[in-house]
Amino acid sequence: MALLEVVDVSKVFPGVRALDDVSFTLQPGEVHALVGENGAGKSTLIKVLTGVYQPDGGQLRYRDEPARFDSPMDAQRAGISTIYQEVNLIPLMSVAHNLFLGREPRTAYGLLDEKRMFREAHEILLRYGVTTDVRRQLGTLALGAQQMVALARAVMIDAKVVIMDEPTSSLEPREVETLFGVIRDLHSQGIGIIYVSHRLDELYQICDAVTILRDGKVVHTGKLADLERLRLVSLMLGRDMSAVRHEGFTGFGGDHGGAEDAAPVLKVTDLNSRRKLHDISFAVRPGEVVGLGGLLGAGRSETIKAIGGAYPVDGGEIAVDGKALNRPTTVQAVKAGIAVQPEDRKAEGIVAGLSVRENIALAILPRMSKLGLVSDRKIDEVVRTYMTRLRIKASSPDQRVGDLSGGNQQKVLLARLLATQPKVLLLDEPTRGIDVGAKAEVQGLIDELAAEGLGVVLVSSDAEELVEGSDRVVVLRDGAVVGELRGDAVTTEALLETIAAAAVEAKEVGNDD
Amino acid sequence: MSTGIVSDPEVPAAVVAADERRAERTDRMVGLVQRQGALAVLIVVVLVATASFPNFRSFDNAGTILIAAAPPALIALGMTFVIITGGIDLSVGSLYVLGGVVSAYASQWGLIPAFLVPLAVCGVIGVLNGLLIAYTRMAPFIVTLAALLGARGLMRALSDEGSTTYLVRSDTFRSFGTGSFLGIGYPVWLVAAVFVLGMVLLSRTRFGHAVYAVGGSEDAASLMGIAVRRTKVWVYVMSGLLAGLAGAINAAKLGSGVTVLGTGMELDAIAAVVIGGTLLTGGAGTIAGTIAGVLLLGVIQNMINQVGNVPSSYQQVISGAFLAVVVVAQTYLVRLRRVT
Repeated sequence: MALLEVVDVSKVFPGVRALDDVSFTLQPGEVHALVGENGAGKSTLIKVLTGVYQPDGGQLRYRDEPARFDSPMDAQRAGISTIYQEVNLIPLMSVAHNLFLGREPRTAYGLLDEKRMFREAHEILLRYGVTTDVRRQLGTLALGAQQMVALARAVMIDAKVVIMDEPTSSLEPREVETLFGVIRDLHSQGIGIIYVSHRLDELYQICDAVTILRDGKVVHTGKLADLERLRLVSLMLGRDMSAVRHEGFTGFGGDHGGAEDAAPVLKVTDLNSRRKLHDISFAVRPGEVVGLGGLLGAGRSETIKAIGGAYPVDGGEIAVDGKALNRPTTVQAVKAGIAVQPEDRKAEGIVAGLSVRENIALAILPRMSKLGLVSDRKIDEVVRTYMTRLRIKASSPDQRVGDLSGGNQQKVLLARLLATQPKVLLLDEPTRGIDVGAKAEVQGLIDELAAEGLGVVLVSSDAEELVEGSDRVVVLRDGAVVGELRGDAVTTEALLETIAAAAVEAKEVGNDD
Repeated sequence: MSTGIVSDPEVPAAVVAADERRAERTDRMVGLVQRQGALAVLIVVVLVATASFPNFRSFDNAGTILIAAAPPALIALGMTFVIITGGIDLSVGSLYVLGGVVSAYASQWGLIPAFLVPLAVCGVIGVLNGLLIAYTRMAPFIVTLAALLGARGLMRALSDEGSTTYLVRSDTFRSFGTGSFLGIGYPVWLVAAVFVLGMVLLSRTRFGHAVYAVGGSEDAASLMGIAVRRTKVWVYVMSGLLAGLAGAINAAKLGSGVTVLGTGMELDAIAAVVIGGTLLTGGAGTIAGTIAGVLLLGVIQNMINQVGNVPSSYQQVISGAFLAVVVVAQTYLVRLRRVT
C-alpha cells in the first residue's frame, strides 16, 4: 500500500510550466529524497502536497484514496506535516506556544492549560536535545534549536507524512545527528518522509529512495542505493557525466594567491568583542582568498560583521591598506573599501520588493548623485555593466529581485557590493541555498574577483567549497583562532582535523570542570 | 552564540549552561520591563501626584479618573487586539461618536436597545473593516481611514449636520450612566468586567494565541494552520463593538448623543496601547499594559486639571512626550533581546 501517490500532476504559472506530469510514490516508512536544481519544481511540488497550491492537472492519492488539500491546515489535519527551509515559526511567541499553536491543551472550561502545555513541551523537546526553558521567546534561541522546535511540531500532530525542505541548512553536525536519529525513529514507526536537500552526503546517509526533478519533470525515480553519486548529479544538472567529472563539484579554479610579500589589504589585529570574539588576528593580501573555517557558532559570522562595522567591537584594530579604522561604523567601513555580503540574504541583503536596478544602485546612490539628485543615466550604466559581468539572469533591470532564483539574487547582491568598488570583499556563505549550477558560477566569480586584485574573506560551512576556494584557511573555535592552513595543507582532511583537534581539546577542558 | 542544544562538542558543557542561563535571565528581565514598564511609571506618577496635590488622593477624585477613563479604555481594549495582529483601527473615534448618537436615539425604546443598536451599527462597520482587510489584503490604515470618514458622515447625516442633539429618553439608561455602586460608577464596573473577559480571551484561549501568531508572522501562522483571515475579521469586529459600547456608555453618562466629541480618540487609544508595551509592529502586548497606559494618560490629565493654571492642552504635550519615551525604550528593549 502506498502512503502518498502523486499521479501525473501539472501546475502552470503564467509563462512557466512548473510541474509537468510529475508522478512519484511514497511508501510507509520510506525516506524519499526529492532533488533537483532550484527552479526544477521541488518547491512547487511541496506546495501542491501541502495544500498551498492546487494542481492544474493529475491527482494526489493519499492512503489509496484520491485526496485534495484546500489549505495547509487541511493537509495538516490529514497528517501531512512540513518543515520549511526557513524556520516558519513565530519568533515573538514562547517556545511552548509555538509548539502547540492551534492545538493547545485545554481545561474543562475551554481555557488553555498552560501548565500542562509547558510541561509537555519540555518533555517533548528533551527528545530532540533542546533543554532550554520553554517559556522563552522562540526568537532568542539559536537557529538550530528553532529548527528542532519546528521538527518537533511537525511530528507531534500524528503525522503520517513529514516533508522536510532543507532541514539541515542551519544545523551543526551534532544537531544533524539528532535530526537523523529522529528520522530513523519516524521511519521505524512507518511514517513516510520526503527529504529535500542539496547535500549529497546526507541523502546517501539517510534516504532509501530518490526522485529527481528537472525543469518540472521527473527524470529519475527509484532506489537511491542503485544510483551512483555522479549519475545523480548529472541527472540533476542534465549535463554529460564526463563534463561533470571534468569540472569537479565546485566552480573554483586553481590557486591565485597574491604575492607572499605584498602588503596586506586587510589586517585584523587582536579583535575582541564581548564574549564572542577573542584576540582574532589575520591578514588578507590583494588577490588572495582567505577562508574562515570552523563550526557554526565559532565566531566566523561575528568576525565578518565586526570588520564590516555591524557588530560591536571592544578592542583590536582593523586596518585597510595600512590605514587603521577604530571601531568602524558600517558607513566608515564602506568608505574604507570593505564590502560585506551577509549570511542571511533575505533578511540582511537584498530588498525583495525592489527591482534589480534599485538593488544594485542602493549602496552607490551617494556617489551617483549631485546636490542630492540622482543621475539615472550613470546608474543605468553601472547596472548594465554589472548585470553583464556577473551574468545576472533577469528579464530586465526592472524585474523584482524577489522573483529571481536564489543564485541570481546572490549575484545581484554581489553586484551591489562590487559597485561600491571595494578593496576587500567579505562573503558569508555566498552559495547557501542556491542550486548547483549557480553555485559553480558564483564560485567562479569569486575566483575572478580575487584574480583582479581584491582581497576576499570567505566563510562557508561547505568544507569542500572552503578548501577549494581559499588560498589559506584560518580556523576559528569559540571565537578564537586555533589554526591556519596554508599552501598544500589546505585540504578537507586537514581542515576537519584542525576543527576536530580543537574540539578534542575543548572536551578535555570540559572534563576537568 | 548561545544555543538551546545540549552537548555542543566544541564548547565545554558548563560554558553553554552558563551562557544559556544568562540569556534566559536577560530575556526574562527584558520581558518584564516590556510588560510592566507602564505599570511602574503609573505607580510613580500616582505617588508623586498623591504627595503634591491634596485633592488628588480623595476617593472622589479616583472615581472621577476612572469614570472619565471608562470609554477610552474600551476603545483601547479593542485597539490592543487589533495592534497585536499587526493592524490598526482608525475608525474607532468616529464609531464612538456614531455609537453615542445612535444610542441616545435608540434610548426612546428602552435600556436594551440603547445598548444593542449602537453595538449592531458599529459591529457591522467592524465586519466591513475586517472583511476588506482580511480578504482583499488592503492596508488596515486605508480601510479604517475610509470607515472613519464614512462613520463620521453617517453621524452628521443622522444629526442633521450636528444641529439635532438626541437626548436620552430612557431613565434606566440615564441612571446607568450616572449611578454608582460602592461609590464607583456603573460604567466602570461594566468596563472592568469587559476587561476581565478581554484578558481571558487574549491570554487563555486559542483565539488569543492566534491573535499573537498572526501579528508575529502572518505567513508562519497560516502555514501552521491558523485561520489568519478569520482571526483578523474578528479583531476588527471586536474593535467596532467596543467603540460602539464606549459610545453608548458616554451617551448614558452625558444624557445625550454629543456630536462634537471623539475626534482624535483613535490616536489616544493607540497612544495608550503603545505606552502599555504593545508593539506597534504586532505580535506582542498585554491588556494589563493597556490598562496601565489608559490610566496613565487619565492621571496625567487629572493632575494637570489639579494644577489649575496650566492649560489642559499641555496634557497632550506630556502624553506625547511619554509616548516618545516609551517607543524609544521599546526599540532598545527589543534589540537587547535579539542580541543575546
